[in-house]
Amino acid sequence: MSNTSTTVSATANETTAFAGLETRGAHAWFGKHHALRDISLTFPARTVTGIIGPSGCGKSTFIRLLNRMHEFIPGAAMAGSVLLHGNDIYEPTVDAAEVRLKVGMVFQKPNPFPAMTIRENVLSGIKLAHLKRPNHDDIVENCLTRAGLWKEVKDRLGASGGSLSGGQQQRLCIARSLAVEPEVLLMDEPCSALDPGSTLRIEETIKELAEKITVIIVTHNMQQASRVSDYCAFFLTDGGPGYLVEADSTRKIFTNPSDPRTADYVQGKFG
Amino acid sequence: MSTTMSSETAATVEPQTPWSTPRAIRIRTTSVVALSAAFAVVVVLFTGVAGIDGWAITFMGLSIVVVLARTSRAGSKERKDALMRVIITSAAVTAFAPWLSIFGSVILKGYLGIRPNFFSQDMRTTTPDDFLEFGGALHAIVGSLLMVLIASAITLPLGILSGVYLTEVRGRLTFLVRFVVQSMSGVPSIVAGLFIYTTWVTATESFSAFAGALALAVLMLPTVARTAEEVLKLVPEDLRAAGYALGARQWRTAFMVVIPTVRSGLTTAAILGVARVIGETAPLLLTSLSNSALRFHPFDGPIASLPTYVFGYLQIGTEYAIARAWTGSLVLLAIVFVLFTLARRFGGKDKR
Amino acid sequence: MATTETPAPRQMTVIYNREDKIFRGVVTGGALTSLIVLGLIGVFLFMRGAQIFGDKGIQFITGTNWTAGSGDGVIPDDFSIGAMLVGTIVVSLIALVIAVPLAIGGALYLEFYAPRRIRRTLVTLLDLAASIPSLIFGLWGIEIFTGFGERWAVLINNWLGFIPIFSVEFDNFGRSPFIAGCVLGSLIIPITTSVAREVYSRTPRDLVDTCYALGGNKWGALRAVVIPYGKSGVIGGAMLGLGRALGETVAVYLLLNLVFRYNFRILESEGGNVASLIATKFGEATEYELNALVAAGFVLFLLTLVVNMTATTIVQRSTPRA
Repeated sequence: MSNTSTTVSATANETTAFAGLETRGAHAWFGKHHALRDISLTFPARTVTGIIGPSGCGKSTFIRLLNRMHEFIPGAAMAGSVLLHGNDIYEPTVDAAEVRLKVGMVFQKPNPFPAMTIRENVLSGIKLAHLKRPNHDDIVENCLTRAGLWKEVKDRLGASGGSLSGGQQQRLCIARSLAVEPEVLLMDEPCSALDPGSTLRIEETIKELAEKITVIIVTHNMQQASRVSDYCAFFLTDGGPGYLVEADSTRKIFTNPSDPRTADYVQGKFG
Repeated sequence: MSTTMSSETAATVEPQTPWSTPRAIRIRTTSVVALSAAFAVVVVLFTGVAGIDGWAITFMGLSIVVVLARTSRAGSKERKDALMRVIITSAAVTAFAPWLSIFGSVILKGYLGIRPNFFSQDMRTTTPDDFLEFGGALHAIVGSLLMVLIASAITLPLGILSGVYLTEVRGRLTFLVRFVVQSMSGVPSIVAGLFIYTTWVTATESFSAFAGALALAVLMLPTVARTAEEVLKLVPEDLRAAGYALGARQWRTAFMVVIPTVRSGLTTAAILGVARVIGETAPLLLTSLSNSALRFHPFDGPIASLPTYVFGYLQIGTEYAIARAWTGSLVLLAIVFVLFTLARRFGGKDKR
Repeated sequence: MATTETPAPRQMTVIYNREDKIFRGVVTGGALTSLIVLGLIGVFLFMRGAQIFGDKGIQFITGTNWTAGSGDGVIPDDFSIGAMLVGTIVVSLIALVIAVPLAIGGALYLEFYAPRRIRRTLVTLLDLAASIPSLIFGLWGIEIFTGFGERWAVLINNWLGFIPIFSVEFDNFGRSPFIAGCVLGSLIIPITTSVAREVYSRTPRDLVDTCYALGGNKWGALRAVVIPYGKSGVIGGAMLGLGRALGETVAVYLLLNLVFRYNFRILESEGGNVASLIATKFGEATEYELNALVAAGFVLFLLTLVVNMTATTIVQRSTPRA
């Protein structure tokens, strides 16, 4: 069984087309500190993949490799390749900003731009990327609807972005990321700062989003992973660089994992 | 399985930074910049544009043109980003230029006068037109030291006590003291000098080092008090609580627990206060005036100081007088820099 | 036994013993002395100058004459600081106009564009520049800068002379508010740059990261997040610089001829400010003229006080926004 290049579509008769996002032998360093070791994963299109594992095993570092945000940290280095539609996004000729338009990100702490209104927040990505999109009103309504926020804010689009509750702010951030029409959406523990009610609503949103785009979500919360994701990748560290233990469909990971460490983790024996 | 296979690959994997600009592009950029600079020199030599400022403006203009040309095919996003990078860098260089010019000119024009006699003689027998081997600024240096010492002797105890009052005793006058200290730190230095002139100088009918020291003290006191308060505020409340819990009285807690913790911070407050006033000219013009002979008596009439020394010779305006002014400035600047470096060294040493 | 009422709170008094009473007494005495000394200045300035205000009223601030009387009543004393106040404000405004854009550019460069290795050196240089005594700026202004300044003044007059503030009556461009303003501008750039850099460095990191995650580039992030975030801090820094420029004595004294006229033509060789007025006139002043100078000092003090307090409030208010 090839666990190194773990193709998540191991069950080959799934109706998933080849995703377009794949890592091959990805490593990450911060200066001399080796943070990630040899991660090879494929992400099928229009699915939700959960990245699970105890804290400190490089999950957040990994997804920052996927949208070229890792390089902003001073002393960052990487190795291996990250392929989007078969093209390595780390080729010198590739424009990193273009990659980030296709691979969006939602952060852990909701962070709408405080100096902008709700409407301006949603459109901020379009302005920042200088995209020509004439139909701003449609975009605002569309994205807020997909993020599950339209009904609550449609009468106060001019209110400040910071005037919403935590859960609403996070959905605003999701809407903001959707406005530039990404193909993949990375989410770094998006619900860890929210109350359970907001968490559940965002999980519903994620499932709806996966009808059109690929979602990769880092989460600490195993129950969330089992609720929301189609596939899971389990990361671990022995005190050194984080590495991939096992990646498979969520059902298999949670009921009959191949690796005993995975079994221990999902049963809550550690982490 | 994944471990065995990875350890093979891990041995051959090197960290890379594929996002950094490739060497070829970096060389190209540097040569374009150098060429623009050279071309600007040519423009300066052959057209009416004059001087280093002309060169700078031509160079900046050229950079903008080059950047616009290179991004003409890229999107408006890249163009704006590249353009703003040039503009912001140019603004920063322009902002730094005056100080670099000052440092440079003070050193270049001042070092000629740095001779032993500068530090060992005064000007009582030397005329402004004499060569630089004659005369010196000993009287000015001594005068400055004297006044700063007296001012510190007044200000440091008062300032530190005020800081202790605001943080430890916290009596009923707290708001008033803080308000007055805050507002007084904005007193223009000439007004401080005027105050001492109309009170002490008129009353004693003489200019003196002591009057000068009083004017400096007025300027120093708010700085020392505020810095002392800020430093004392940083002491965590649990430190004091620990002291009280051990049964110590308030004054013991203050002296043995709080103040030693911030000893270097208070030293910084003192040094910053001194650095602030040692270069002040205006208040001294009204209180201690200036003179040309070495003098130690603080009450005995006008006395020189480094700032008034520089000011005086600058006003005389002959070639050698101005040279002396530059040398005096060099010494003054050196003193201020040394003080700031000391303050920085002490400032980082507090145990938090 | 359950009580149905909450008891009244007991008075907790602190009685200090003798040692502590002495300690508190000494400390309070020290603080009180500072309070008295500093407060005395304001009181004294006002009282000593009050006579002038009483005599001349608002004309003290609006008039332009400064003539000492002949003492025997034939020629009356006539002191007013209008021209000097205008001069103060004009020169300070020129300094601000020059300093603020450059300070913003410098701060943005230091925080976001400077290579890591030279940033620390530049920041040290910045702190050192803020400590250069203004006397040395005056010396540099006269000896070195005037050549450049005059050249630019001629250019401005040639190309923009049709605008009133750039026109000149006499073709002498030497000691003008423009040159003094440029030198003062150089003087206040360090403070403003330091404050601006402080504020920009406190921009929340994840807001900046979000701009990049949305496909923006560095200037996009600066424009959308950093500059709006730092707006009030920069204003506070600018006002601190303004406060410094308003009270500046020596540099202006060396660079401007005192001319007692309202002068808005910044390239013209006349001007002066309140501080240099005091420095010039105190030596031979009569008793009455001295009172006028004190009154002038009081007005200047109030002006700088207002500006500085506004600046501190703005800077403080911009801090906890993270």
